[in-house]
Amino acid sequence: MYAPYPESMMESVKKVEATRAARMATEPRRLTADEKDDLLAKFHPDYNNDSFAEIKVGPNKGQRAPLELAKMLHSTSRLMTDKVDISKIDYDVDVLVIGGGGAGSSCAIEAHNAGANVMIVTKLRIGDANTMMAEGGIQAADKENDSPVQHYLDCFGGGHFAARPELVKRLVTEAPDAIKWLNELGVEFDKDEDGTMVTTHGGGTSRKRMHAAKDYSGAEIMRTLRDEVINLGIPVIEFTSAVELIKDDKGQVAGAVLLNMETGDYMVAKAKTVVIATGGAGRMHYNGFPTSNHYGATADGLVLGYRAGAPLLYQDSIQYHPTGAVYPSQILGALVTEKVRSVGAQLVNANGEAYIHPLETRDVNASGVIRECREGRGVDAPGGVQGVWLDTPMIEILGGEGTIEKRIPAMFRMYMNYGIDMRKVPILIYPTLHYQNGGLEINGDGFTNAIPNLLVAGEAAGGIHGTNRLMGNSLLDVIVFGRNAGKKAAAKYKEVEIGTMNLDHVGKFDEELKAAGLDTGEVSPMLLPKYARHER
Amino acid sequence: MEEMVNVYFYGKKYTVPAALTIQTAMEYAGYTLKRGVGCRHGFCGACACIYRIKGKNELKTGLACTTQVQEGMYITQIPYFPTDKRTYDINDLKANQQVMMELYPEIYSCIGCNACTKACPQSLKTMQYIAYAQRGELKKCAEESFDCIMCGTCSVRCPAGISHPMVGLLARRLNGKYIEPEAKHLTKRVEEINNGEFDEAMKEMMNKPIDEVKELYNTREIEK
Repeated sequence: MYAPYPESMMESVKKVEATRAARMATEPRRLTADEKDDLLAKFHPDYNNDSFAEIKVGPNKGQRAPLELAKMLHSTSRLMTDKVDISKIDYDVDVLVIGGGGAGSSCAIEAHNAGANVMIVTKLRIGDANTMMAEGGIQAADKENDSPVQHYLDCFGGGHFAARPELVKRLVTEAPDAIKWLNELGVEFDKDEDGTMVTTHGGGTSRKRMHAAKDYSGAEIMRTLRDEVINLGIPVIEFTSAVELIKDDKGQVAGAVLLNMETGDYMVAKAKTVVIATGGAGRMHYNGFPTSNHYGATADGLVLGYRAGAPLLYQDSIQYHPTGAVYPSQILGALVTEKVRSVGAQLVNANGEAYIHPLETRDVNASGVIRECREGRGVDAPGGVQGVWLDTPMIEILGGEGTIEKRIPAMFRMYMNYGIDMRKVPILIYPTLHYQNGGLEINGDGFTNAIPNLLVAGEAAGGIHGTNRLMGNSLLDVIVFGRNAGKKAAAKYKEVEIGTMNLDHVGKFDEELKAAGLDTGEVSPMLLPKYARHER
Repeated sequence: MEEMVNVYFYGKKYTVPAALTIQTAMEYAGYTLKRGVGCRHGFCGACACIYRIKGKNELKTGLACTTQVQEGMYITQIPYFPTDKRTYDINDLKANQQVMMELYPEIYSCIGCNACTKACPQSLKTMQYIAYAQRGELKKCAEESFDCIMCGTCSVRCPAGISHPMVGLLARRLNGKYIEPEAKHLTKRVEEINNGEFDEAMKEMMNKPIDEVKELYNTREIEK
């Protein structure tokens, strides 16, 4: 028998195999609204109060945030010790985009096409972003049996009715145009021979509207956007972080202080409009979870915006993707795309039971995995970790031999790299920290209300997904709100007159920290996670 | 006791746990990575490296994030490689053989050594997709190169100076834009939206009392 796992795990694999035929004959039932609420309250990490702290200063004072984020919000600016002369301007642009992922790149392309002088700064390379790692797909209601209104209902309901309606409306209404725009840039979506998009379900969708490019959907989109940014000649300042926003005497945003990550030199960018497109926060490891996120996902934009006076929304709502890899240890936390379930795999516990419908929303399925493990129905793996099975051999039975290599080649490759053939054996998964549902608050046009001419796009923005995001709505969000920010910034800058630039808000925030007796001993934004081990 | 191995980063020896990848081993050794690190899960191509196992002749290439360390591994990272991307306006191009001749003429200097294929951490048939590009078979080039993460290890090994990832990317963009058939349902839906055909229904949905929306959500029919 093919046995790529330790003996103890193989015992459980036998149980999964023994129940497979019977499980495939029936579809697990969907939970009722009450059952879902109960499962979330008992097992979702957002309900664990010990992992949150009260925010002591700033616009969201008195609300809670994950411990690690609160610490960054409570930390001091680099510019309190490193003095930078902001009267010496290194870059002067109409639109400054902070972040070179899907949102930042879409934004820059649209701003450029609208005639603005736009520049991207990014702390690693352009394209080093969570967008690149999005696997499963992108939603858009473009089929006959579907409509933007149906998409609205799925998104709004899946997010527990907490999303900002005007943002959901923009997301779903501009979705088909986003797909068309990408396709016309040359993004290769999976299509039938007659051009019909191949679409599947994601967790919580009521129609099959998940468009994909195999399981490299985000990579295919990101590499195309990056290529277009370069073709258009848009300046991209790589390995350069924004460490503080600059404002003017009218209270408008007026640029940013930049830090060359390699030389440690500071620079000053003056800009009539600024777009924060800095992405997520997985590398903060909230609740001690491993993460599916990019190395640079450290919530920098949230800190920059907050210190300048922009409020956060749903900063305490975190998405744990139900299926992160737990075995082998080399890929701990790596994303196992939801598409694995879209194309047929069930979630199965140590006893071989399909204990839940595999396409409940992510928060519900993540809570389900945690429940199974806590209640003794998880599978023990080496290194003291636990998980449940994702029964991948079902995919080949349902879709025919070769389906896995054709539809989810990245997953196949990731596991074969460690000698695990997912066509033959199930794979072991546990939730992984995946997405920040909240972020900086924006209005329907993508601007912050608190700071004139400051926009936010992509994962750094809050309110689009309520308190739970559906699969395929984040790739969509970065394109829709990225493009929107580019167009809006390009329309806005023409009427902007910058006054006297200053960093007064940085000093003022520091005084608030002192008054609240806060001294974390750290500077923020974090910029890079502290993974280096030092013996002394 | 955890199993340890000896590895050499830029020639300097470190003793690290055998279960680690090259990337996590460097962090274990004390490096704070700025270059040569990205998604950490094999999708972004930031962490290409070259290594040789002590005593063996063969030079290997791989990604630091997905390659496990081995005893006697001599490793150097390639955080950047000067691949040569040509710029173009995608709207001005035509999907034919001519486009490759004009933008990437060096592909015709390929000597058929297959070093690019051997170097690919994604196990792509790299030389094959370059051959498709030479012949103007853009769709085949696009398909064969699809899983490319643009790490550049192929170009590092190429005696003809070909920038393989850029050739594949051009073929894919041309294929996606010009060769693949149009999604007519998508074009139609965009028109319907632009004509305001869903505006009334959307307004109605947004104006419903929240309890009614909840009821609609909880009882909605799910497509089989």
